[in-house]
Amino acid sequence: MSYALETRGLCKRFGAIQVTSNVDLKIAHGARHALIGPNGAGKTTLVNLCTGMFKPSSGAILLNGSDITAISPQRRVGGGLVRTFQINTLFSGLTVAENLAIPVAQRLGRSWRPWGRTGSDRAVSENVARLLEDLKLLPLAAKKIADLAYGQRRLVEIAIALALEPKVLLLDEPAAGIPNGESGMILDLLERLPQDMSIVFIEHDMNLVFRFAKTISVLVEGAVLVEGSVADIRHDQRVRDVYLGRRHHD
Amino acid sequence: MNLPTSILLPAGALPHYRLGVMDVLPWIVALGVFFAFDTYLSLGAQILTMVIFGLSLDLALGFAGITTLGHAAFFGIGAYAAGYWNLHFTAEPLSGLLVAGLAAGAIGLLSGALLLRTHGLALLMLTMVVTVLLHEVANAWGSVTGGADGLSGVMPDALFRVFQFDLFGKTAYLYALGVLFLVFLVVRMVVNSPFGLSLRGVRENARRMHLVGASVHLRLVAAYAISAILAGIAGGLAAQLTRTVSLDRLTFQLSGDILIMLIIGGVGRLYGAFIGIPLYMLMLDRAAAVNPFHWMFFVGLALILLVRFAPGGLLALGDRGWGKGGKQ
Repeated sequence: MSYALETRGLCKRFGAIQVTSNVDLKIAHGARHALIGPNGAGKTTLVNLCTGMFKPSSGAILLNGSDITAISPQRRVGGGLVRTFQINTLFSGLTVAENLAIPVAQRLGRSWRPWGRTGSDRAVSENVARLLEDLKLLPLAAKKIADLAYGQRRLVEIAIALALEPKVLLLDEPAAGIPNGESGMILDLLERLPQDMSIVFIEHDMNLVFRFAKTISVLVEGAVLVEGSVADIRHDQRVRDVYLGRRHHD
Repeated sequence: MNLPTSILLPAGALPHYRLGVMDVLPWIVALGVFFAFDTYLSLGAQILTMVIFGLSLDLALGFAGITTLGHAAFFGIGAYAAGYWNLHFTAEPLSGLLVAGLAAGAIGLLSGALLLRTHGLALLMLTMVVTVLLHEVANAWGSVTGGADGLSGVMPDALFRVFQFDLFGKTAYLYALGVLFLVFLVVRMVVNSPFGLSLRGVRENARRMHLVGASVHLRLVAAYAISAILAGIAGGLAAQLTRTVSLDRLTFQLSGDILIMLIIGGVGRLYGAFIGIPLYMLMLDRAAAVNPFHWMFFVGLALILLVRFAPGGLLALGDRGWGKGGKQ
């Protein structure tokens, strides 16, 4: 069977340092798959490899069964593979609506159209409005990113990815920097995403991981240490030792 | 009627058309000058030409975020192309502008495809180098460009075969104003379009643009080429109105001047060129008349004050209170 996203023997070396070693990841359709592991385990590198920001040293990446290892990052997005960033990567000088109109116009194939006002384009503005309404961001539509609170920017970060209607969504620490008590708004958003969207997410907030994930892969030093259901991982002694255990004693 | 499609974006969320003071004022002033100050029409036409040049730079620099110190390259190519066309093919002025735009656009496309992989200071240097190279080519290729003497005797025929270019510069002024209006409409259309929005996206965050699936390089090259076409038209117009083309059209000095003038008005605001360029050129004109020896001192002083009190350009001052027309 084909997976939504699959890596085969994926390796990445920076000089002598092996940051990803022999990772075989299989993300099923509609997955809710968490990547966890201590800092420096190579989680973000894995996302960078999948989206084409880094070239793998060896191995292959398959999206929906077809090899995308040699394809440019832009074309991977066209194939439905979309990511978000751990550090907000937004169009700061533009309004919230404009931030979403860019990916919407891109998805609708209008981003090269040099005539007609973006605001008068019904398809674009309706899509943007509906997405903002969904995320309860509509009242902020005309605000510039620079005028938003941090948590709201975090939502826009994810919204830009959602505007592309991804088939596979890679979320790099969606709740990063959000105070503990407030990660609920990210969880709310994640739980309302369509079931057929396959989601891979990196997260350090274990409450969020255990509540949202169905499967978990634990990465240590670039390799997958163990993979399994939430219950398996919770009770795995190796994981406790290497990751959870150490965190609890901090 | 509560269909989901009835969700409306709040005003100002996406670029919307709203007629403001700034949409009307420049054109009223320009026409007012035509009737009230008919001894200044020659300076006026020069200013209008430079506003076209400034608009073209604003498209590249202000909207696409291409930091360039070589925009004179396109102005110069346009001037030489229009001059050569006038002397050797036909003196019909509009075809001259077309040729000027196409020649500059071709060079813009070519140099853009090569240079726009770089950013920041490297790009600044390379755009500058292109101008220097073209300057040397123009200097050496005497049979076409007239070398150090430049081209003279450029004499455009009557506009639309009706309006002779008269001694007082009335036709010239209205011709320049008409071309400016058309160029302005083109720039306004482009910057408010989905393509224009994607250019602003590239300016704000090229990395994210890649991962929205947009081809950043192609977009920059397209914007640069459009901008070059418009700068070429400005150069062609300058050649026709001054009736000469000289090497100083292809200098770093001109690239710097237009940049300063645009920054004075405000970058990335569509109307910045309409404010900064007339102000700067009138200031030069007046300062030189009042004190022919030390006039640059007063210009410098004015610039220091301006950068201190309006770092975002004069139009940025307006953001605090009056008028929403200039907001972009």
